[in-house]
Amino acid sequence: MSAHANEHAVDHHDDHEHHHKQTFITKYIFSTDHKMISKQYLITGLFMGIIGIAMSLLFRLQLAWPDVQFSIYDIFLGKWSEDGVMDPSVYLALVTIHGTIMVFFVLTAGLSGTFSNLLIPLQIGARDMASGFLNMISYWLFFISSVVMVLSLFVEAGPASAGWTIYPPLSALPQAIPGSGAGMTLWLSSMAIFIASSLLGSLNYIVTVINLRTKGMSMTRLPLTIWAFFVTAIIGVVSFPVLLSAALMLIMDRSFGTSFFLSDIYIAGEVLHNQGGSPVLFEHLFWFLGHPEVYIVLLPALGITSEIIATNSRKPIFGYRAMVASILAIAFLSTIVWGHHMFISGMNPFLGSVFTFTTLLIAIPSAVKAFNYITTLWRGNLQFNPGMLFSIALVSTFITGGLTGIILGDSALDINVHDTYFVVAHFHLVMGISALYGLFAGVYHWFPKMFEGKMMNKNLGYVHFWITAVGAYGIFFPMHFIGMAGLPRRYYTNTNFPYFDDLTDVNVVITVFAFITAAAQLVFLYNFISSMFHGKLGPQNPWKSNTLEWTADMKHIHGNWSGAIPSVYRWPYDYSKLNEDETDYVIAGQDYIPQTVPLQENEEELNH
Amino acid sequence: MTAFLVVLVIILFGVAVWQMAKIFQMSKTKPASDNDDIASDKDNRVNGYLMLMFVLFIYAIAIVSFWKWSDVLLPKSASEHGVEIDQLWLISMVLIFVVGIITQWLLHYFAFKYSGKKGQRATFFADNDKLEFIWTIIPVIVLAGLIIYGLFTWTDIMNVDTDDDPMVIELYAYQFDWRARYSGEDNALGKANVRLIEGVNQLGVDGSDPYAQDDIVVNELHLPVGRKILFKMRSQDVLHSAYMPHFRAQMNCVPGMITQFSFTPTVTTEEMRQDEEVVAKVTKINKIRREKSLDLAKNGEEPLETYEFDYLLLCNKICGTNHYNMQMKIIVESQEDYDAWIAEQATMKEVLKKEEESK
Repeated sequence: MSAHANEHAVDHHDDHEHHHKQTFITKYIFSTDHKMISKQYLITGLFMGIIGIAMSLLFRLQLAWPDVQFSIYDIFLGKWSEDGVMDPSVYLALVTIHGTIMVFFVLTAGLSGTFSNLLIPLQIGARDMASGFLNMISYWLFFISSVVMVLSLFVEAGPASAGWTIYPPLSALPQAIPGSGAGMTLWLSSMAIFIASSLLGSLNYIVTVINLRTKGMSMTRLPLTIWAFFVTAIIGVVSFPVLLSAALMLIMDRSFGTSFFLSDIYIAGEVLHNQGGSPVLFEHLFWFLGHPEVYIVLLPALGITSEIIATNSRKPIFGYRAMVASILAIAFLSTIVWGHHMFISGMNPFLGSVFTFTTLLIAIPSAVKAFNYITTLWRGNLQFNPGMLFSIALVSTFITGGLTGIILGDSALDINVHDTYFVVAHFHLVMGISALYGLFAGVYHWFPKMFEGKMMNKNLGYVHFWITAVGAYGIFFPMHFIGMAGLPRRYYTNTNFPYFDDLTDVNVVITVFAFITAAAQLVFLYNFISSMFHGKLGPQNPWKSNTLEWTADMKHIHGNWSGAIPSVYRWPYDYSKLNEDETDYVIAGQDYIPQTVPLQENEEELNH
Repeated sequence: MTAFLVVLVIILFGVAVWQMAKIFQMSKTKPASDNDDIASDKDNRVNGYLMLMFVLFIYAIAIVSFWKWSDVLLPKSASEHGVEIDQLWLISMVLIFVVGIITQWLLHYFAFKYSGKKGQRATFFADNDKLEFIWTIIPVIVLAGLIIYGLFTWTDIMNVDTDDDPMVIELYAYQFDWRARYSGEDNALGKANVRLIEGVNQLGVDGSDPYAQDDIVVNELHLPVGRKILFKMRSQDVLHSAYMPHFRAQMNCVPGMITQFSFTPTVTTEEMRQDEEVVAKVTKINKIRREKSLDLAKNGEEPLETYEFDYLLLCNKICGTNHYNMQMKIIVESQEDYDAWIAEQATMKEVLKKEEESK
């Protein structure tokens, strides 16, 4: 009977399809389907990632061998390199754009944009986002902002080069650095568009999660991925507008002669008229977004790994409620810790004390999360699919990078390592590498969902993972030492005066590891592209997962489920649950119970 | 040395590739399962072992880094409060290393121990309030201790007690150099503003201000040992940061406002040059420089000068193209040497008068 009903529904759906004949443009370009939009986000993000990582390789070369001439600079940097010697101002441009691209374009849009779009409707049992149209606009605004950012690399005076934090007055005055001319204007325009895109996306995610959950999908039955995406979207809505206002004021200072951030400046032989502004105000506004941004990047990664670790451990995630509580706690605290970027900015030292207090508080929910992950592995039956490996590695780098945060969050200790390579090492591990691992884990795990059942090659995945895991520690562990040696970041070379001459060794090691790690990403790219076309078709539910997305049709259709939307009867983590007599799993011979399976007779009701 | 490290890295890379090749082979010879791209028991076993090796690799890289590179770290603190910071640093470091070593071990060891096998049953263990409570309350207590310790240190450093009668010196930053302005006998800086910059009056000091008459502008920072110094920072153009790593001191220089930082230098430059760690560091640097000089000589270029240790004031906030080359020498010396040096410097009044005459 039910089979018949299904058939009928399929027929009906086919009819439905017939009415909306999709052209190439509506299917692949101006698509309103969340699955296609998610792929668009991912591919744009990966493309930007290639640019961002390539830039880091260029400046790593410069840092390791400052005296050596590389003709590769001439190829990529054009007029900014002469006879294989990199221009100091383009070095700053490279670190600036590397930071901007990696933080915003890869880890915000590429990670959260991809997986929020893919998973929110599929895991809550919705046919699409609340507004497919806004979703499409959101992607295309992101695309435009990417294009503008890439275009800014080609303006005559060079791209923005005031650091990704674009502190004025350096970013406001073209006299101060060439990149603060047209390059900075494009940077600001690009970010303004990016923020609009992010806001549209976030509002859509929030509305979808609140309104479109299927029958039975209470908030406490949501997979942790959805909790993470939901809370991330809220943080984004709260904090991104503040960056927009900062950017607008900066634009006015630059172009319309206002003095929000400028005061008492004498540059290039003349006094500027600006009076009464404060660069510290900009720092407050920037970090009011900038710090939550760290969690905008990290929380989706943590959500993804929660899901993947539980599935591949064949165990429920340990402490589901504690995990949700810690996501909420992190989200709340993340909005009141921004001052720890400004301990020595000249703000009142008492404020520094307050921010030290809130900052170290945030270590508590983070620690809870780390312990819960470890306990989830304990006595599991771990399936080392590539996604699982990246998830475990994420916990590892999250711990390592998080621990050095205890030092940097302590205002007294921050005095001496602020803006040194110690900070660079810290944030690359805790948010850069961790979030990238989350991205990779997600791609390996949900690739079959994105590409209609095709799977990525497992062995290439292993190669990619192990080289990356070793390489990431190889890059960033030694980097702490050059920070503790007192080396400031953003130095074009550290051999210009003798004091840091002995750091060259460390820099060479870091650069060698960087190149090896980057080479491993080529393996990933190859695997990704070849699997997209020639990947082996896997089963509908390859990882034997409980969540709803694996009940949806393998073939992508508008509306996700060709039949009725599934109803939900349990939380998503009933892995390896035994029946009441403890003789076998609840469903004999199957160690997982999808959310769509009602409570069984021989089952004790434990969770939700 | 560099060559050795490169070779080491290449060897490690080779080992990694070899391991990969092994994984490849093992997975190719396995009997076909439902789908080749889902982890098999063999994959689980191999990756479980690699997880165990990986945690050992993390430990190894930590040990090797300390063994090879602990000599690049900053020498002992040359300021009074720096000792406190170093103490707090040490405690925090020990703490994070203990936590790091244990948690990394648990994470990777569990990954190894519980790697999947057909027929192995995972334990359904979803919640335990007691455990959650334990690992919430322990970080709370430990962090509370750290926060309190840290905040006392911070407050001590940042709150300047004027009863100590600190010597006031202005640090003036501009693209891309530093100037220091001593407040002279009255120990008070004259007013200054960028709008008054003209000719030799590079810092925009108000020549009509009586406090400004005895101010002394120099481009080398001399500090008497044991005397508390109160630095007032100013910037002429963009943000800079006055970073004095050996004194564990740093403060941003912000155009439009005056920031401050205060410390008491305790070790003279001469004493620091005799310090064991510094001697070792300088020897190492000079060895590197000699090697480089040999290369330079081959190309017919001048050899590098021999390096001698000096305290430095560095710019530590991105400030433009030459950010990497913006530093000032700091000399800590005895009160007598300092007095002799400062007596030789021209006061603002003398400088302005001289300029007036030359016109």
